[in-house]
Amino acid sequence: MSEFLSMGGYGTYVWSAIAIFVVTLAIDAAAPLLKRRRVLRELRGRLRRAQKRSEESA
Amino acid sequence: MNPLVLWFHKLGSPPYFYRFAGRLLPWFWGAALIGLAVGLYGGLVAAPSDYQQSDAFRIIYVHVPSAWMSLFIYAFMAVNGFIALVWRIKLSETLAMASAPIGAAFTFICLASGSIWGKPMWGTWWTWDARLTSELVLLFLYLGVLGLYQAIEDRRQAARAAAFLALIGVVNLPIVHFSVNWWNTLHQGSTIKLFGPSLIDSRMLWPLLVMAIATKFLFAASLLSRARVDLLELEAGKDWVRRIALAEDAA
Repeated sequence: MSEFLSMGGYGTYVWSAIAIFVVTLAIDAAAPLLKRRRVLRELRGRLRRAQKRSEESA
Repeated sequence: MNPLVLWFHKLGSPPYFYRFAGRLLPWFWGAALIGLAVGLYGGLVAAPSDYQQSDAFRIIYVHVPSAWMSLFIYAFMAVNGFIALVWRIKLSETLAMASAPIGAAFTFICLASGSIWGKPMWGTWWTWDARLTSELVLLFLYLGVLGLYQAIEDRRQAARAAAFLALIGVVNLPIVHFSVNWWNTLHQGSTIKLFGPSLIDSRMLWPLLVMAIATKFLFAASLLSRARVDLLELEAGKDWVRRIALAEDAA
């Protein structure tokens, strides 16, 4: 196992390259999920405010 | 009209595309994750180490697929940008703009992993040679497209301006690809050849091809989920988006 992790002495290089790959793509995958939450929350807020206004004017 | 053309027209409609992409997404994510797991296992464990580079060569399994994706996604973005400019199809604008951040991510991975690979093998993190410099220009092109898209208020005008910039940048794609042949460079030439035998042992080759396919699925999944959210944002005033917003509030 430690032999596998050491990668023939190049462990730091190999594993940091893999880590950059995984972390960057994980952020890329998470971004639209977070944006979706924000977009829908803002839209619901706008709809509620519009509803309130129409109730007040009625 | 023939049914395929008819379906294509339907696909251009945002609510239909939203549902259709939603059905595809779990399959694309699944294929991407399985492919990445198999490809990384094949590359890091199953493949023998290189006779010159020992285990350092294993960086190839993230570096080369990312480099391929950086060019592939740029071409995809430019084609959609072209369609958006010529036929004014809203979905193409959305797809072109949604692919830019994914392309930038892969270009960044390519540059970073290449730099990490360069240190032990070339003795330097960075050198201003043709391949490295043109790939850096590619990253700046992606960032330029993203920046221009954010800088203009009107979303559709912004998308068209950014699509135009993306089209001009296409000139850089052959430069990146052929840079290793045109200039004397530290970077090695192509090992994998579409035409003719590749210069790599098959035990080292198959994980690379699996990674190449897995990153395609990853791009497709990320692209569709980004495009879906962008359509919700663009069409926020429409009924179909309102229904989705309220349905998720209740859930």
